[in-house]
Amino acid sequence: MFSQIVSAIGAMIFGVAICAAYFWFSNKLLDLIFPAREGDDVHRAAVNLRRRGLIRPWLFLGPALFLLVVYLVYPVVATFILSFYGPDGNKFVGGANYVWALNDTEFRQSIFNNILWLAVVPAACTFFGLVIAVMTDRIWWGNIAKAVIFMPMAISFVGASVIWKFIYEYRGGTDVQIGLLNAVVQLFGGTPEVWITIPFWNNFFLMVMLIWIQTGFAMVILSAALRGIPEETIEAAVIDGANGWQIFWKIMVPQVWGTIATVWTTITILVLKVFDIVLTMTNGQWNTMVLANLMFNWMFRGGGDSGRSAVIALVIMIAVTPIMIWNIRRANAEMKGR
Amino acid sequence: MMGNLGRIGPARIFVHAAVLLIVFLWLLPTLGIFVTALRERDQIVASGWWTAFAGSSRTTAARLDGPDKAKPEGANFVISGTLAVEGGGKIQSFGLRVQEPAAYKAGAPAALENGETLTINADGSYRYQKSGPFGADARAKRVYLTVATPPQFTFDNYRTVLGGEGIGQSFINSLTVTIPATVIPILIAAFAAYALAWMEFPGRAILIALVVGLIVVPLQMSLIPLLRIYNEIGQIFGVPSKTYPGIWMAHTAFGLPLAIYLLRNYISGLPKEIIESARVDGASDFDIFVRIILPLSFPALASFAIFQFLWVWNDLLIAMVFLGTDKDHLVLTAALNALLGSRGGNWEILTASAFVTIIIPLLVFFGLQRYLVRGLLAGSVKGG
Repeated sequence: MFSQIVSAIGAMIFGVAICAAYFWFSNKLLDLIFPAREGDDVHRAAVNLRRRGLIRPWLFLGPALFLLVVYLVYPVVATFILSFYGPDGNKFVGGANYVWALNDTEFRQSIFNNILWLAVVPAACTFFGLVIAVMTDRIWWGNIAKAVIFMPMAISFVGASVIWKFIYEYRGGTDVQIGLLNAVVQLFGGTPEVWITIPFWNNFFLMVMLIWIQTGFAMVILSAALRGIPEETIEAAVIDGANGWQIFWKIMVPQVWGTIATVWTTITILVLKVFDIVLTMTNGQWNTMVLANLMFNWMFRGGGDSGRSAVIALVIMIAVTPIMIWNIRRANAEMKGR
Repeated sequence: MMGNLGRIGPARIFVHAAVLLIVFLWLLPTLGIFVTALRERDQIVASGWWTAFAGSSRTTAARLDGPDKAKPEGANFVISGTLAVEGGGKIQSFGLRVQEPAAYKAGAPAALENGETLTINADGSYRYQKSGPFGADARAKRVYLTVATPPQFTFDNYRTVLGGEGIGQSFINSLTVTIPATVIPILIAAFAAYALAWMEFPGRAILIALVVGLIVVPLQMSLIPLLRIYNEIGQIFGVPSKTYPGIWMAHTAFGLPLAIYLLRNYISGLPKEIIESARVDGASDFDIFVRIILPLSFPALASFAIFQFLWVWNDLLIAMVFLGTDKDHLVLTAALNALLGSRGGNWEILTASAFVTIIIPLLVFFGLQRYLVRGLLAGSVKGG
């Protein structure tokens, strides 16, 4: 145990030091090659300064660009190409993988489930987040309540799976039901069930977990947006005799519409990539398969099929693309406005 | 503003009650495993965790001493002794048939057939009396007991998982992955963000757009090509393909787009005069960055550090692909995932392990919530 800790600390220092050393030495080296003073030659010094200015941005950007290209840009291209190749990525098979996907029942099931997740989770998180934000802003202990609802964000999906598996726990025969859900069902005279094995509805039992985790995120962001609403608009509505319900839907919601869209798209992206929850709860059994898990399965199933796997990854990528373009355009507009 | 709403909206009581209910519902799942991790294994399966504070009752079987231990007492014959009750429990009731384990109250004599009486007291002492001799070949009598155990809590489960189940080792593995994978991207992203915010060079706008676009690229796109690259590098240089530096680089790269974006927004908002006056004084960009920008950007760096820490610590997919699933390298999430498969019903192990995996993020979360919220708002609301 002790040697493990020592080697871990050693590895950490080594990793961080290499990184820091790169920036320090590369910049010193640049200053050495193009010194700011070269005797009395003012012209040479000016040339050196300009050259430094040309090169230094790339020293600063170098590691970031290298990692982004190797880990994100190149793989997008490579995955696209691999989707036209066979299981081991060596034999060109044309569109065979795409044809396979269209006819594969598991793939269709995954698409269906992903659409289900997309329809339910972002809407539920945003709605609950908005309602809770409005309510907690009106009570003195609102911040404590917010902290509690925000808390699951810090819990890993795997940890959440243990937590919720325990809630959905089913015990057969005459055993006492120790799962909260079955105990409550029994209390109201129902029959205990193995909830996560009931096709179709089990999807919702998994979605509840993500809603539990993500509502806090929606709440925090929407709460900040709600506080930015000019007080006069609400006062005016009060004077005009609007009730709380009307103020919420007609005054508050329209003013935070942009933020709602941001929250919605952020959670949408998260939902498209949902993986851990399905892996740990059902591993895609009982018709709960989603694209990310199917893709992961095909990476290793039967020795791995990179072609089919790549097709599934591309489907996720295509689903994300509209949001990506929207983000880029918005960022560009913001930079111009500055 | 909210005061106004409070006055005119639905009754305040309703809001308080509704929020209280929501908070309760949100807390309940986590509370379940916190409590369960502290209970004894037998109690966990005997009753729901919500009864833990009230104590539990369960049914066990025991055997009285045999007829050979019977002693004459006047006209009667008596077998007496003490039944062992585990865990300091108290016997509430007993019975002779498994179908009726609670037929008789403890402490009071129960009249059985053939002139027999049996008294079992709460502490387990018993007296079995018959008006005539016990049959010599009769077997020792079996009784069923309902035992009430007071609430009991223990740290045994933690001892078990930290040692025997390898969670202690995984904890160190998780730290080994997480700390460099948090520090390195901050360093790399901060330099890149400064370049994108304050240095003039061709292609800057395109690079910024690229970074924004890459934020949402799904991880799944990267896995297959990267796995191939890692395996090839491993083969060519004769090194293992699943190493700590390998996963540090992966986490760094996947965290970079958001890091660069957040930090660039912050750094470009710093006052221009500071940077320009430093330049006039002859400071190089490297000096400006290290001496001025880094200290001033502390809030943004802290925000991203928390994000990245939580993200890396809680990650399962990247760890499974780039660090593998052999026992020496398992991080906490992967270890917990393995336990869910191998120890599906052993809730004492699962809940204690889950607690160990979520306690560090929770501490970070509650300790540094301010920075986390600030980062979230900077990243998603206005982007600058």
